[in-house]
Amino acid sequence: MGVLVFTIFALAACGGALAVVLSQNVVRMAFWLIISLSSVAGLFFLLNADFVGATQLLIYVGGTVVLLIFGVMLTAQGPYTNLKTNPGEMVLALAVGGAVFAMLVAAFTGVDWDANSDQIERKFGSASTQVAGYNQQDEGSSVRRMGAALSGIRTESLRDGRNLKRPGYLLPFEIVSVHLLVVLVGASYLARAKRRVAPSQSSPAA
Amino acid sequence: MDPVGLKHYLFVGAMLFVCGVVCMATKRNTIGMLMGVELVLNGANVNFVALSRHTPLGLDGQIASMFVIVLAAAEAAVALAIALNFYNNHLSIDVDRADDLRG
Repeated sequence: MGVLVFTIFALAACGGALAVVLSQNVVRMAFWLIISLSSVAGLFFLLNADFVGATQLLIYVGGTVVLLIFGVMLTAQGPYTNLKTNPGEMVLALAVGGAVFAMLVAAFTGVDWDANSDQIERKFGSASTQVAGYNQQDEGSSVRRMGAALSGIRTESLRDGRNLKRPGYLLPFEIVSVHLLVVLVGASYLARAKRRVAPSQSSPAA
Repeated sequence: MDPVGLKHYLFVGAMLFVCGVVCMATKRNTIGMLMGVELVLNGANVNFVALSRHTPLGLDGQIASMFVIVLAAAEAAVALAIALNFYNNHLSIDVDRADDLRG
C-alpha cells in the first residue's frame, strides 16, 4: 500500500516537472507545476512530515503558484504565452540535464547512508528516528515539536532520556521573519507601475 | 524493512532539481524561469525531509525545509515584482531582451 501511494506521488511529481520543462505554453506550465508541487506535498505526508506537507500545500500551491498565475495574467498578451524555445537549444539542455541527473544518481547511490548514523548519534545524541507519526498515540503530530524548536526549545525525546544536545531555531526564525517583512515591502515598492514606454518606441513582439 | 527507502526519495529530489535547472536554462519566458526556481527549491525540500525521516537527525531537516519554503515565497514575490517592472518598461517578458546592462 505504501509502495503504491509512493509510486503514484513520485510519478506525478517527476512527470509534472518534466511536463513543466517540455510544455511551451506558460499557462499549461503553471498547471503542471501545481500537479508537481501537490504531489511533493503528498510525499511529505508519506514521510510523516505532516506540518511541512500542509505548509507546502498552503504556501506553495495556495500562495506562490497563485502569485505566478497572476504574473501570467498581468503579462500575457498573445505572443508572450507561447515563447518557443529553439529546438537545438532544447536538445542541448536536455542532454546536459540528463548528464547532471546521471551524476546526481551515481553520487547518492554510491553513499552508504546508514554508515554515518552511529557517528551522528555519538556526536549529537539520537532523537528518535520515528519522527512524529499518526501511529503514535502519545506524540500526535510534528506541529507541537516544530513550534517549540522554532521558539528555541527542543523537545524531542532521546532514547536514553538525556537532553538533546542540539540548539533550537529562535535566531533563524527571527531573521527569516524580518527578511520576509523587508522582502514584502520591497516587492510592493518594486511592483508599482511607474512608467511605460510609448507604444511607438516599443519594438514588435518576438 | 520499508521497501520505499531513502534513495527513492533522493531520486525524486534529483529529478525535480534537474527539471528545474533545465527549465531555468531553456525558458525564454520570465515566469517560466521562476517556475524552474520553484522546482529546484522543491527538489531540495524533498531531500531535506527524506533525510530527516531516514537518519537520526530528527526534526532538523523538516525545520530547514520550512525555512526554504518561506524564502521561496519571498523570492517569488520579489522576482515577480521585477518581472512586472520589466514588462512595464519593455512591453515584453522575453528574457533575451533584457540586455540593457550589456557592456
